[in-house]
Amino acid sequence: MINKNQILQNSRQLGTLIGLFIVILIFWLLSPYFFSTSNLVNILLQSSINAIIAVGMTYVIITAGIDLSVGSIMAFSAVILASAMQSGIGVPIAILISLIVGTLCGLSNGLLISYGMLPPFIATLGMMSIARGAALLVTQGKPISGFSPEFRFLATGEILSIPFPVILMIIIYIAAHIILKKTLLGRYTYAIGGNEEASHLSGINTKIIKTTVYGISGLLSGFAGVILTARLNSAQPIAGIMYELDAIAAVVIGGTSLLGGEGKISGTLIGALIMGVLRNGLNLLGVSSFVQQIVIGVVIIIAVLVDMILKKRKK
Amino acid sequence: MNSKIPDNIVLKVSKVCKRFPGVKALDNVDFELREGEVHVLLGENGAGKSTLVKIISGAIPLSGGVISLFENEVVIKSPKHAQEMGIATIYQELNLIPSLSASENIFLGRETTNRFGLIKKINLLSSSRRILEDLGLEIDCQVQVKNFGIAQQQMIEVAKALSMNARILIMDEPTSALSETEIQLLFKTIRRLTKKGVSVIYISHRLNELFEIGDRVTVLRDGKLIGTKRIVETTKDELIKMMVNRDLREHYPKLKTDSGKEVLRVEKLSSKGKLKNISFVVNECEILGIAGLLGSGRTELARAVFAADKFDSGKIFIRGKLQTLKSPRAVIKNGIGFVTEDRKAQGLILSLSVKENITLSSLKSFSKFGFINFKKEKEKADRFINEIKIKAINADQIVYYLSGGNQQKVALAKWLCMESNVLIFDEPTRGIDIGSKIEIYSLMNRLKSEGAAIIMISSELPELIGMCDRIIVMHRHQIAGEVSSSEATQETIMRYAVGA
Repeated sequence: MINKNQILQNSRQLGTLIGLFIVILIFWLLSPYFFSTSNLVNILLQSSINAIIAVGMTYVIITAGIDLSVGSIMAFSAVILASAMQSGIGVPIAILISLIVGTLCGLSNGLLISYGMLPPFIATLGMMSIARGAALLVTQGKPISGFSPEFRFLATGEILSIPFPVILMIIIYIAAHIILKKTLLGRYTYAIGGNEEASHLSGINTKIIKTTVYGISGLLSGFAGVILTARLNSAQPIAGIMYELDAIAAVVIGGTSLLGGEGKISGTLIGALIMGVLRNGLNLLGVSSFVQQIVIGVVIIIAVLVDMILKKRKK
Repeated sequence: MNSKIPDNIVLKVSKVCKRFPGVKALDNVDFELREGEVHVLLGENGAGKSTLVKIISGAIPLSGGVISLFENEVVIKSPKHAQEMGIATIYQELNLIPSLSASENIFLGRETTNRFGLIKKINLLSSSRRILEDLGLEIDCQVQVKNFGIAQQQMIEVAKALSMNARILIMDEPTSALSETEIQLLFKTIRRLTKKGVSVIYISHRLNELFEIGDRVTVLRDGKLIGTKRIVETTKDELIKMMVNRDLREHYPKLKTDSGKEVLRVEKLSSKGKLKNISFVVNECEILGIAGLLGSGRTELARAVFAADKFDSGKIFIRGKLQTLKSPRAVIKNGIGFVTEDRKAQGLILSLSVKENITLSSLKSFSKFGFINFKKEKEKADRFINEIKIKAINADQIVYYLSGGNQQKVALAKWLCMESNVLIFDEPTRGIDIGSKIEIYSLMNRLKSEGAAIIMISSELPELIGMCDRIIVMHRHQIAGEVSSSEATQETIMRYAVGA
C-alpha cells in the first residue's frame, strides 16, 4: 500500500527537476560557453532576485492568494534605501528601513485582504500602482546611483567564489522551507489554502496568518530591492516591472497550485532556475529577447498542462 | 377547497425504479398527475421525492419503469427535453440571473432578434408583461431580478415556465424561504394556474400547507410508494404515520447515565431570519437531540453557539459563565467542538494528511516557539487513529482518499485531540455506511459516559430517538417542543417539526 498523493507530489517535483536538467542539457549541447563554472554561477546570480521574490509568492499562492505588487514594492524599497543612504544614514540602518517599508506594504495588502475582505487580486493590484507611484514620487522619476563600496560589497563580495546574493538566496530558501514545513505558521498556511472555512472553524486565526503571509512577501520583495540596488549600484523607480509575473511563473512551474493548499519551496527554486537557465542560454545563443518571451510563455503553459494531466490521471 | 379532481391524466409514472450504487432510491413507484390538480409529494428527507422529481424533469435517467406523458410513452432525455415537452421545474435554488431584468430572465436563451441579430426589446417587454398580468402579478419587467424578494423571484420563474408553455409545473419546497403573506401570494398564483389546466407537482414537508393547496397527496418512504390519498379524505395524523412508520428499526447502543452539572446554557438566542428566541440547557453526561426539518434553523443554531455566525440577541453560558466570545477560536478554547454537517466543505482540510487534520486545532499545545514537535504530533495522531479505529494506510495519508465514515472519524478526532468536552454533532452519520454509523454512536456514548455534554442534530428520527436523552424540535427557526427519550416517538417529533 502506498500513499498516492505523496507519490504524485514527489513525481511532480521530479518532473520539474528533470525539466531543469533537460533545459541545461540542451544549452550545454548548443553552446560551448554554457556549462562553464563562471556561467553557472552567473545563472544563479541572475536568478537570485526572481527566486527570492518567488519565495514570498509561494507562501501567498499556497493560501490560494496572489500578490501582484511584488515588483513595485521591490522598486519602492530600493529607492527608499538609496535615498536613505544618500541622506547620510548608515548602511545597516538604511537597509533596515527599506526592509520595514517593504514589509509594511505587504502587511497593508494582508490587512486589506483579511479584514477589508478584498480579493487578493484587487488589493495587490492597487498596491502595485501605489508603491510604483510612491517610488516615482520619492525619486522624481530619476534613478539614484553611486553608493559606498561597503554597501556594494553585498553584491560583489563572495565566499568560495559564490557571490553573496546567491548565498543570501540559499539561506532564504532554507529558512522558508523550514518555516513552511516545521512551524505553526507553515501548517496554517497550507490549511488556509486547502480550506479556509474549515480552518476558521478549527480555531485558526486565518486573518492574522494571511496578513503575515503577505507581510513576508513584502519583506522578501524589499530584500530583493536591496540586492538589486547593490548589484546595479543604482536604484531605479521603474525597476521590477512585470517581476510579479516572473515570480508567479517560477511558483507555478515549480508545481504549486494556484488553487492553494499545496506546493513546495524546493519546487519554486527549481522553477526560478529553469527560468534563469532559459534566459541565460537563449542570450548565449543570441536569441532575441522577443523570442525569449515567447519561449518562456510556452514553458509556463507546458508545465501547467503536464500538471493538470497528472492530476486528471489521479482522478 | 378543491374537492373536484378532473379525470384527464397528463402524466403517468409506472413501476419506476432508480438504483444508485449501493442504494435503491426508488423501488417500483407508481404516480399519476391529472390535469389541473395540485399533487403533493410527501416524505421524510431521503424518502425518494427528489429522485422521482429529478427523473420526471429529465435531470437523471431512470433504471426501470415507464413514463407516459399525455398518454404517449416517453423517454425524457434531459431537462431541456422535458421543457420542450411541457414539464418545467422550479427548484429551491432559483435559476435566475440576478443582474438581468425580469423580462430578460423570462426569455433567456429564447429572445427574438431582428435581422441584425439584435434583441427586439419591445417584443420581450410586451410578452413578459402579458404573462405576468396573466398570473395577476404586479412586477416591473425592466427591474433587475436581484432587487426582488424571493417570492417575486419565484413568480418570475413561474412566468418563465409559462412562457415555455409548460403544462406540468414541479415545485420543490417553494415555501421554504417565504413569509406567510408571500405564501398566500404563491397559492393565489398556483390556483390561477390550475384553473387554466396546468398541473402542479408540489413537494413540501409542511402539512398545514398541503391541506390548503393540495388536491391529492402521494407519500413515499425509503424509496417505496406508501399510498396516494385525496386530501379531503385524509388527516394529518394519517399522513404522519404514513411518512415515518418504518419496517426496520435500527439498533442503537443506548446508554443510560445520570446527567450531571449544567455545562451549556443558551438563553433567548435570536438572529434575524435564522433563529427566534431559542433557550435550552445541556448537561454533563447527556446527549441533547435537535430535530427539525431542513431549513428549520438547526444548523444556524449550532453555528451561532460556536460563534461561527453572529447573532442579534441572547446569552450563552458555559459552566455558568456568560460568554462574550467572538470567534470559533475562542469558543474552542472553552472546550467546545463542532463536527460540521458538511465535513468536506467545513470540517476537513482534504489536501492535508490524517495526522495534520487531527492535530489542526490543538497544534499549539505541542509546539514550542512556533515549531511543531513532530514526534509528539505523530504520537497523538496515532493514538486517536488506533483508539477510534480510523482506517488509513498511515497517519500521513491524505484525508481526501478516506471513506466517508473514516473522514467523519478524523473530523471527530480533531476535537478529541483538543480534549473538547462539549461536542456539537451536525448530521454526524450522513452519507456514511452502517458499520461506521454504529461506531460513531458508540463513540458518542463513550464520550457521554466520560462526562461530555453532547448536542446531536439529525434528520434521522430513529437515530435521535435511539441516542438522545432529550430532544428539542425546531420549526421555522424556533423551538416547537421538547420531548424526553421515554416519550419520544417519530410521530410526536414529526408533529412538532411540521408545526401541526
